[in-house]
Amino acid sequence: MTATLTQKPVDKNGAGTYAARFDHVSKSFGRPGAQQLVLDDITLDVAPGEFVCLLGASGCGKSTLLNLVAGLDKPTGGSIDVPGGRPALMFQEHALFPWLTAGKNIELALRMRGVPRAERRDEAERLLELVRLKGAYGKRVHELSGGMRQRVAMARALAQDSRLLLMDEPFAALDAITRDVLHDELTRIWRETNLSVLFVTHNVREAVRLAQRVVLMSSRPGRIAREWDVEMPQPRRIEDAAVADLSVEITEQLRGEIRRHGQH
Amino acid sequence: MASTEAQQDASVKTPADAEAAPDQLAGLEAGLDALETRVKDRVPVSRVLLDKVLPPIVAIVIVLALWQLAYALELKPHYQLPSPVDVGHSLQEKWLDGTLLGYVWHSVSRGALGFAASLVIGTPLGLLVARVRFVRAAIGPILSGLQSLPSVAWVPAAIIWFGLTDSTIYAVVLLGAVPSIANGLVSGVDRIPPLYLRAGRTIGATGVAGIRHILLPAALPGYIAGLKQGWAFSWRSLMAAELIATSPDLGTGLGQLLDQARVDQDMSLVLAAILLILIVGIGIELLIFAPIERRVLRSRGLLANAR
Repeated sequence: MTATLTQKPVDKNGAGTYAARFDHVSKSFGRPGAQQLVLDDITLDVAPGEFVCLLGASGCGKSTLLNLVAGLDKPTGGSIDVPGGRPALMFQEHALFPWLTAGKNIELALRMRGVPRAERRDEAERLLELVRLKGAYGKRVHELSGGMRQRVAMARALAQDSRLLLMDEPFAALDAITRDVLHDELTRIWRETNLSVLFVTHNVREAVRLAQRVVLMSSRPGRIAREWDVEMPQPRRIEDAAVADLSVEITEQLRGEIRRHGQH
Repeated sequence: MASTEAQQDASVKTPADAEAAPDQLAGLEAGLDALETRVKDRVPVSRVLLDKVLPPIVAIVIVLALWQLAYALELKPHYQLPSPVDVGHSLQEKWLDGTLLGYVWHSVSRGALGFAASLVIGTPLGLLVARVRFVRAAIGPILSGLQSLPSVAWVPAAIIWFGLTDSTIYAVVLLGAVPSIANGLVSGVDRIPPLYLRAGRTIGATGVAGIRHILLPAALPGYIAGLKQGWAFSWRSLMAAELIATSPDLGTGLGQLLDQARVDQDMSLVLAAILLILIVGIGIELLIFAPIERRVLRSRGLLANAR
C-alpha cells in the first residue's frame, strides 16, 4: 500500500473533531479473483463546518466514495465514520420525485426524518425561502428550470438536517450562468448553516471557487494524490485572478495524473 | 477565459461589497428563474374540438357510408348483412321495451366486480414478482405467458369445475385480468429510474416506507397502463364467458344477448350486440382510464403535446 501525500495531521481526540473520517478505505468491485480496485487506501478527515472538494478525472472513484459515505455501499477495507448520522446527498441530476410538488418533495424528507405533520409545511416553506424559492411550494418538478430544481434538491437535502452534505457533481448539468449563480448560493447557504460539505467535481475552477480544501485524486485506482488549502476569503468569484492561479497549478497536477495512464 | 482581466482586482473585495452581494444575488436569481420558466399557453376549446373530436366523427361516417354501400350493392343477402338503419332499429326496439340497459348493466356490473377482484389479487402479486427475486424467477415467465393465452380457453375448464354459475364467469375474468394487472405493475417497477430509488434511500425511505412513498408512486404510470389492459382483458374474457356459458341461472348480459340473437338468426340484433359490447369497452376506457392516465402523466410533465 502506498502512503498518501501531504496528509494533514489527524486529531486523535475522537468524535466532535470531524464530520466524516475515512480510515484507510479501499473498495473493489467484481468477483474474488477478478477484482478491480476502485479506491485504494483513502485516509481523509472532513472537519465540522469544512468545505472539501474532491477533484479527479474519470475513474478516480469519486462517486463510489460518496456512495460509501452515504451508506449506499460498503467499503471492502478500512472504515468510514460519520458521527452525525445519515449524510444528505445531492446528485448531478436533481432526483426530485416528479409525482410530488416541490414542497412535498421537501416534506417527504422531513417526514422520513420524523418531523411531526403539523410542522412539516412551515419547515418546507422555510427551506424553500432559504434557497430563495418562496412561492414554489406548489410547483411541479417539470414546471421548474434546471437551476430551480437543483435548489429544491438542495432544500430537500437540507431537510434531512444532517451535519454533512455530500454533493456529487450537482451543477455539472447546468448552463454556465446558472452554475455561477448556484456557486454563490451554495457558498451563502454553507456559511449560514455551518454545514460540512464534501463536494465531488471534475471542474478545477469550481473546486477552487468553492472549497476550503481541494483534494486531488488519481485514477484507477482512486488514491489521494495531493491536497491544497484554499485560503482566499469567501465569497470568491470564479473569475478571480487568485482562483485562476491556483486552478492552473492544480490543473497541471491533474494533467500529470491523467498522462500517467497513457504511458503503457 | 478572458474575463480575468475585467476582474483583476476582484480578490481585494471590501467588506461593503460582500454585504451588497446577497441582494444582487437574489435579484440575479429571480431574473434567471423568470427567464427560464416556460409560459403556458391555453388551447381554445374550438381548437380542441377540431383536433380531437372531428377526426373520429369523420372516420365513423366513412365506415357507415361504406357499410351502407355494401348493403345497397347487396354484397351479401340482406338477412346476412342488414343496413345500419336496421341495426339502429334493433337497438331502438330493445331500448323501447326497456331491456337494453338491463343487458348492459348486467355485463358492466359483472365486469366491474371481476376487475375489482383482479385488482386486489393482481397488485400484491405484481409487487411480489417485481421485488422478490425468487418469486420472479419462479412465476414471472408464467405470468407473462398467461397474457398470451386467450382467456376463452379457460371457459370449458371453468364450466367443468364450477358448472354454469357466476363462479365460472368470474374465474375466467380473473384468469384474464390478473396477469395483465400484475405484469403492468412489474414493468412499471422495472422502469423506475434507479436514481429515484437511490434518492429515496438517501432520505431514509427504506422498507415499507420506500415501497409506499417511492416505489409505488414511481411505478404508477406503468401500473395504470396495466390496469387499462387489465380492464380490456376483463371485458373480453367476460364476453367470451357469457357467450359460451349461457343458462337461465346466469341472467342475460350482452354476451348472452349476442348468443340468443345468433340462435334466432337475427343478424341486426347480432350486430347491435357487437356494437354495444364495443361501445361499453371504449366508453369505460375513455371515461375512466383515459382521464386518470392523462392526469397522472400531465402532473409529471410526461405529456408532451397537451401541456
